[in-house]
Amino acid sequence: MANTGTPLVELKDISISFGGIKAVDRVSVDLYPGEVVGLLGHNGAGKSTLIKCLSGAYKAESGKVFINGNNVVINNPRDARDQNIETIYQTLALADNLDAASNLFLGRELISKAGFLDESKMEAETRSIMARLNPNFQKFDVPVSALSGGQRQSVAIARAVYFDAKILIMDEPTAALGPQETEMVAELIQELKNQGLGIFLIEHDIHNVMKLCDRASVMKNGVLVGTERVSDVTEDDILSMIILGKNPKVAA
Amino acid sequence: MSETPSSNAATESSKNAISKFLKATEIDTRLLGMLGALALIWFGFHFYGVIFNNFGAFLTPRNLWNLSVQTSSIGIMATGMVLVIVTRNIDLSVGSMIGVIAMAMGLLQVEILPQIFGIGHWAIWIVAVAAGLIFGTLIGALHGWLIAYREIPAFIVTLGGLMVWRGMAFLSAGGRTISPVDSTFALLGGGPYGAVGASLSWVIGGVACIGVAWIIYSGRQSRIKHNFHLRPKWADLMLGVVGCATITGSVLLVNSYPWPKGIVRQYGAKIGQDLEGTFISHGFAIPVLILVAVGIAMTILMTRTRFGRYVFAIGGNPEAASLAGIDTKWVTMKVFALMGTLTAIASVIASARLNSATNALGTLDELYVIAAAVIGGTSLSGGVGKIYGAILGALVMQSLQSGMVLIGFDSAIQRIVVGMVLVMAVYLDILYNKRVK
Repeated sequence: MANTGTPLVELKDISISFGGIKAVDRVSVDLYPGEVVGLLGHNGAGKSTLIKCLSGAYKAESGKVFINGNNVVINNPRDARDQNIETIYQTLALADNLDAASNLFLGRELISKAGFLDESKMEAETRSIMARLNPNFQKFDVPVSALSGGQRQSVAIARAVYFDAKILIMDEPTAALGPQETEMVAELIQELKNQGLGIFLIEHDIHNVMKLCDRASVMKNGVLVGTERVSDVTEDDILSMIILGKNPKVAA
Repeated sequence: MSETPSSNAATESSKNAISKFLKATEIDTRLLGMLGALALIWFGFHFYGVIFNNFGAFLTPRNLWNLSVQTSSIGIMATGMVLVIVTRNIDLSVGSMIGVIAMAMGLLQVEILPQIFGIGHWAIWIVAVAAGLIFGTLIGALHGWLIAYREIPAFIVTLGGLMVWRGMAFLSAGGRTISPVDSTFALLGGGPYGAVGASLSWVIGGVACIGVAWIIYSGRQSRIKHNFHLRPKWADLMLGVVGCATITGSVLLVNSYPWPKGIVRQYGAKIGQDLEGTFISHGFAIPVLILVAVGIAMTILMTRTRFGRYVFAIGGNPEAASLAGIDTKWVTMKVFALMGTLTAIASVIASARLNSATNALGTLDELYVIAAAVIGGTSLSGGVGKIYGAILGALVMQSLQSGMVLIGFDSAIQRIVVGMVLVMAVYLDILYNKRVK
């Protein structure tokens, strides 16, 4: 399938530096509806930093962000959410002392008519989304610090899915998971993709990349090595892009 | 879990019954621990008095009434300190703020406002209190701004505040003591006239009982509506009965403490009746009612509003809170501003109780306030804390102190004991948390 029309997301010439070091140097990537784009590279290649410019955690120093062809400015996480961008961070970004419902609705609490938190409604909503994502999940009344890695992950995923994201950013969503839970995440990605979401997936496992992604963008030392359609290249091609920082197609 | 009749629980082994009971009533075991510690202190001091001084002075209406008044100002500040500590900050300046706010209010009502309104004008106390609250809020907001937006550590900002505000309190009147304060203002500090009397105390007790019943009932309805686990009926009923019994008991207590003879005579002369030998109850002291109102308002703020949720989220994981779109700096600044407001309320009570404003008012209070919050289960690593815990913590601290005064320990020994108790309390808390995990 060829990507035609307006991309869902277009990051153009994004640059950001920390203490004089260019963490991301004029990188451009794009994402179409119903597509999964993998972001690959060594630790410190700038993948997470690039993606944080889209999720609002960082502010790009230069470059432009287009959503559905419109130039938007993302200054903070709220701006990103207003654009229906949801992020599952590698660290999960959960407040450990709060329970699952509080985390799911953090920053977007449901408010009752009297102006107070509608705890019961939030818990009920949390129960219904968790029943869909992780039917075994039962620990609704304990802080998330008491949950296993997989359970915490499902809370973080539920948070992104619940609010009808159009654009989903997943930073190593399977890093802390066992095989069965990894399979669940893979199924979920497929399902969300079929619903027409665009997904940026930061992933280290090359097999997962080949399995889950439509395209892969490889970064090294803050610059984009290249973006390739996964069906057009081999695992070895991608690995050499990651390790050598050279695009085999261009070189050849 | 289905309903467990109490008779069933009783047939189990006792330990099993206790844990079942705690589970059914959903009572915080930490709360029970604090109540246990409080009972130990109260009975300990009372019987120490009975044995060594031939008189148990602690468990008397008079002492407990005074204890309630003494707890008010520390308790009010401790509720604010919970928020400060939950967000991983500290406020060392509250004692000095009490001093400078008290001086400002004192000068205002004794030297400035009478010139404008005339001596004894009814509006003086209102203007003085309003000005004090605004002043306190502004000081707190200034601290909060330096901490949140200029990123100076809270420890340093408020350590500086501790010295700056104490110095300002001295300079404001060249070290003079401002006395006496406005007579209506003085009522806010308690005393025979600053208490609401027997009938009103019963009305307040009645309203409180209805409130307890309503909270239990509406909580039950909400759980039914969303199909959540229900507390067994007997547990709800028992919580209601215990709650109302506690309220009734405290009303009986404050009503059994009579006005001193001299005050009765003075009051009789004022209203032109011979009241010699009449039993006039104190009833609840006004500062205690302020403490209760603050406690309820702060509990609602912390557990039922977005602001409270954000305070906890920032304490649990500041990065996650900010990634969730929470303006963590603004919340932090508001926390300190609120701490300033509460300190101003405490300052009103402290100076009204003393019937004067002195520049040394509130010295060392910051330590008692922090100790109260920590004893009440607020974790210094952030993210965890309860308002009622802090108020109980303040009561524990004050009970210790007033108990030691009653049995005649001098202030050096008092400090040694309070210091050791603080360290022990936190150590026990650490052990408790390890066991829970």
